Amino acid sequence: MTLDGFDSGRSARIIGVDWASLAEDEAKRLKALGVDEGAEVAIVHRGVFGTRDPIALRLGNMTIAIRRAHAHAISVETA
Amino acid sequence: MSRKHTAALVGNPNSGKSALFNALTGARQKIANYAGVTVERKAGRMTLPSGEPVELLDLPGSYSFDAASPDEAVTRDVVKGTFEGEAVPDVLVLVLDAANLEQHLVFAQEVLELGRPTVVALNMVDLAERDGLTLDPEALSEALGVPVIPTVAVRRRGINELAAAIAEAETHADEEAHRRWHLTLPERRLSAKHMAKGATLSKSTRHTIENGVDRILLNPWLGPVILFGLLFVIFQAVFAWATPFADALEGGVGVLTEGVTGALAPSLFRDFLTEGVLAGVGSVVVFLPQIIILFAFILLMEASGYMARAAFLMDRLMASVGLSGKSFIPLLSSFACAIPGIMATRSIADPKDRLTTILIAPLMTCSARLPVYAVIIAAVIPQTTVGPGIGLQGLVLFALYIAGIVGAIIVALVLRRTVTKGAASGFIMELPRYQLPRIKDLAIGLWQRAWVFLRRAGTIIFVATIALWVLLSFPKAEPGESQLDASFAGSVADAIHPVLEPIGFNREMSLALVPAMAAREVAVSALATTYAVDAEDEDLAAEGVTSQIAALWSLPTALAFLAWFVFAPQCLSTIAVARRETNGWKWPVVMVAYLFALAWLAAGATYWIAVGLGL
Repeated sequence: MTLDGFDSGRSARIIGVDWASLAEDEAKRLKALGVDEGAEVAIVHRGVFGTRDPIALRLGNMTIAIRRAHAHAISVETA
Repeated sequence: MSRKHTAALVGNPNSGKSALFNALTGARQKIANYAGVTVERKAGRMTLPSGEPVELLDLPGSYSFDAASPDEAVTRDVVKGTFEGEAVPDVLVLVLDAANLEQHLVFAQEVLELGRPTVVALNMVDLAERDGLTLDPEALSEALGVPVIPTVAVRRRGINELAAAIAEAETHADEEAHRRWHLTLPERRLSAKHMAKGATLSKSTRHTIENGVDRILLNPWLGPVILFGLLFVIFQAVFAWATPFADALEGGVGVLTEGVTGALAPSLFRDFLTEGVLAGVGSVVVFLPQIIILFAFILLMEASGYMARAAFLMDRLMASVGLSGKSFIPLLSSFACAIPGIMATRSIADPKDRLTTILIAPLMTCSARLPVYAVIIAAVIPQTTVGPGIGLQGLVLFALYIAGIVGAIIVALVLRRTVTKGAASGFIMELPRYQLPRIKDLAIGLWQRAWVFLRRAGTIIFVATIALWVLLSFPKAEPGESQLDASFAGSVADAIHPVLEPIGFNREMSLALVPAMAAREVAVSALATTYAVDAEDEDLAAEGVTSQIAALWSLPTALAFLAWFVFAPQCLSTIAVARRETNGWKWPVVMVAYLFALAWLAAGATYWIAVGLGL
């Protein structure tokens, strides 16, 4: 399953990222932040309206905001 | 050694680099641009324990040498010594967030791989302790092969030790260093994990403050309400709190004017001093308190970590007009001044996003418009309240800000469907940890911004004011003729007035718009100068521009003037910055054309509706 559909608050392990679906700079930025295969993340906050965009992730001691579209490119399993 | 010594701070964004920079250099800082690029170059002077001075550079925060933004490219090039005109720093001070070691050690390895003399500042150890983390600097030093100094920049903890380590490091380049690293990104991550683990003595599972605070501040419903409330408080404060200080400054200018009038015999030179210099520059400088209050809030939001949360909350809204939450910070800065705002768009990676943000930045009500708004509002809007603690004047000011924002939304929507058409942009951003801002850091930031404003007042605005005074004072009027009608400025105003008359502008207003091209706030000094020169009665001249406007302008005319300034691109510096940031004249021309068209339409609509309503 992909990260955007994952429950808030639960730990997820990233098992793959569809880098080709992301813009080059965004892929670079995500990798630099450590959002990559093997990382453990948890959704801690979601945005306001309808699509509940953006999403705030917990990664280690960092909180990272991404869009749902990015989360959709990230495949996860329960950690 | 006779050569000037240099050191550079390098590290991830949000590692507390700037606070450390302030702690090491104090207020001895110089802000400029790197040659050829539009990235801010922050340099300062620090003193080694030996008393020797070192130039310290605060390099832009960076996640990787594989740069995703122009800022990161500067950091990479300077550190690697490939940036033309910039000497490679003698010592690198690698700043790591103690509570974020595993993340920050990834970039750290890239830096250490260079084999430059390096000192690690293990920064914000107090926040790590707050999060229940006890670290072992010695173990980390062993793993990295360079000295590690625990610091708390905001409390000056470890600052002297760091300075000593910098002095020491200069003589010890680690020639072996680059042979120890050379890893791929996944390898670096793994190694970072091991090093972080090895340097961690104990780690409690205590919940960080962030989770609790963010649960409220990022709450889907409460968060936006809090943000909107905060913005409202900021704008009320800008208008209310500044008044006593502005009054004091105004009084000071009055005393000076009287002094000059008393000391000198009536002459052209005395008129030049009182009607030109003091009336003009004085009426702009009195708005310094408002600018400082606005910047104080912006700096507070940045330093506390709330600004990124505001971007998070605004992202959805910005996405609906084709932008991202990242545009929120440049646009919010533009409320103080469009110039730092446009320069802050450098952090937006997507070029179309960035261009759109640059084009709409002038629609955010900058502090230069405050003087114009403040004078007109004080003159024509009654000082009543419309609810507990809500003044009508503040409410009108708020409405003007909203008008600019609504205009920006519409323009952004149009731009994203036409000239900057393209795929919707993304939003990836680290939300830094909350921190108590330190007064000294705030003070340094405020001083730098106030200085920029005063320098503008002392140069562009001064020159424009003097030029206007000359245009207004010559040729001299015949007896019985108004000085304004006879002057050069009168002729210029006559030329543009037919275009502005339909939207309710009187001749003084048309006249004030000419020098206001230099900077919006000059409109106020221009009006002051115009009325001071034109007044035959000394007392009337002294009464100030506010009472003149109250007496001479109709309400629809005053409202039309306010509406004009919501949109009009009356700032040469903004146009110049837009040219520099977009590398050409095309986009500044587009910007100026659409803004003038909007200004004319908005002022016209305001005037016609107000007249129609019988105001």
